[in-house]
Amino acid sequence: MSELTLMKGNEALAEAAIRAGCKCFFGYPITPQTEISAYLSKRMPKVGGVFLQAESEVAAINMVYGCAGSGIRCMTSSSSPGISLKTEGISYIAGADLPCVIINVQRGGPGLGGIQPSQADYWQVTRALGHGDFHVLVFAPSTVQEMADTVTKAFDLADKYRMPAVILADGLLGQMMEPVAFDENAEIKLSDASNKPWAATGHGNKRKHNIINSLYLQAAELEEKVRARFERYEQVKANETMAECYKTEDADIVVAAYGSTARLAKSAVELARKEGIKAGVFRPITLWPYPVKEINEACKNAKKALTVEMSMGQMVDDVKLALNCRIPVEFFGRTGGVIPGPAEILNKIKEMIGGDK
Amino acid sequence: MTNDILLAGFGGQGILFIGKMLAYLGLYGEKQVSWLPSYGPEMRGGTCNCSVCVSDDPIGSPLVLEPDNLLVMNTPSYDKFIGSVKSGGNCFIDSTLIEAVCDRADISCFYVPATRLANENDLHGMANVILLGKMIKETGMADEAVIEKTVKKVVPPKKAHLIDANLKALKIGMSQ
Repeated sequence: MSELTLMKGNEALAEAAIRAGCKCFFGYPITPQTEISAYLSKRMPKVGGVFLQAESEVAAINMVYGCAGSGIRCMTSSSSPGISLKTEGISYIAGADLPCVIINVQRGGPGLGGIQPSQADYWQVTRALGHGDFHVLVFAPSTVQEMADTVTKAFDLADKYRMPAVILADGLLGQMMEPVAFDENAEIKLSDASNKPWAATGHGNKRKHNIINSLYLQAAELEEKVRARFERYEQVKANETMAECYKTEDADIVVAAYGSTARLAKSAVELARKEGIKAGVFRPITLWPYPVKEINEACKNAKKALTVEMSMGQMVDDVKLALNCRIPVEFFGRTGGVIPGPAEILNKIKEMIGGDK
Repeated sequence: MTNDILLAGFGGQGILFIGKMLAYLGLYGEKQVSWLPSYGPEMRGGTCNCSVCVSDDPIGSPLVLEPDNLLVMNTPSYDKFIGSVKSGGNCFIDSTLIEAVCDRADISCFYVPATRLANENDLHGMANVILLGKMIKETGMADEAVIEKTVKKVVPPKKAHLIDANLKALKIGMSQ
């Protein structure tokens, strides 16, 4: 590994993308993710890549669509309102079975909302990042080091399953600096079109055309396409879930939280443990596929679960579904850009434990 | 042990820079560190602040609301944050720029005429580093070797000629 350096989450992510073989970046500035563009505008030309500031978010995602079709690793990045603009293009990319990486450094919403950290785009990214029957891979880093690590994973899995992958971060993770190191010996696989037989790279009269398309006017043909895609999703669900369990082994109450909120949940759990409350944290790293097996394992001895989010309660739905409502699941959250404090989370934990007595 | 630090002043005073310096002092002192700038409406209004956490344990929230150590370089920041300092904590004040005197008995305040000292010592624009020097001295958070390594790291290569000036500024602060 390289020497530990302090980097902003946005910068670490951008550097990791280059190291993962990302050759093209198309973006449009928006707080709090603009450092990704700024960093790549300097670095990309030095590694023979393309940095392009598009005229809009819609243009940027369509450039990604075209680039991905040629088999090149590519990425775009935005924050909540900008991601909404990109959703049409993301649906097309999913419909054409193309790999790409999309970054969402979330801010408060709806509408233009605010620029402070938020997690209010969970439903959008896990349920419907565009129209039609499809999923995207979703990774939720919780540290600056993970901002770097998950982007590598995102490129690999996007290529492997031929589907878009999203890094769902937030303003806190994007703006903060923490120590980060990069794997100097990492092998970059699948970074060019040579092992992507489907890529539109020019047939040279030597093979059949590769066609990149999401339009299928025959219903039966479209159904077959979608079904085949969902069979692939089943493999993703079976093999690609990632989660971290923190002190859940003996926990009476498990706090489920992702991204920067998981950091706060861990602090709250430490406070709870000092008061003799057996609490733990379940932190999904993949939000789609949701780590169903892992959360059930984490909650095997728990009497209650608490979901904490920077929203009015979105992931709480997945926690209930994953646990099949086997134990009561409650919710605590702040929204609009307000960051919940560990003391507030602790109060909620105590309230829930107290209810048992 | 955790040391939550809040640094505040106007944009251009080098608040984020000394925040980075602090974070590297922590990193090279083998601690866990985080650094978080204000990027919201306050920054757009000209004032700027920066949260730095230095800890033996992994850091939960990087946002400092109740600092152990506060460093302030303008009156609006002083007025806004002086009440939030933890009981038993410290406040470092550029007394050239801030006339106020703190009436809290439960915290220690250090008044350093950092801007005047910078001007007198031909260290224009380095009042921030002088004030940081005072914080380093009072909190005992770093030794000389770590300080030198840090300054060499955070001063960008294009401004390498300012390494000595930064070290000098820190020394002046530490001797106050």
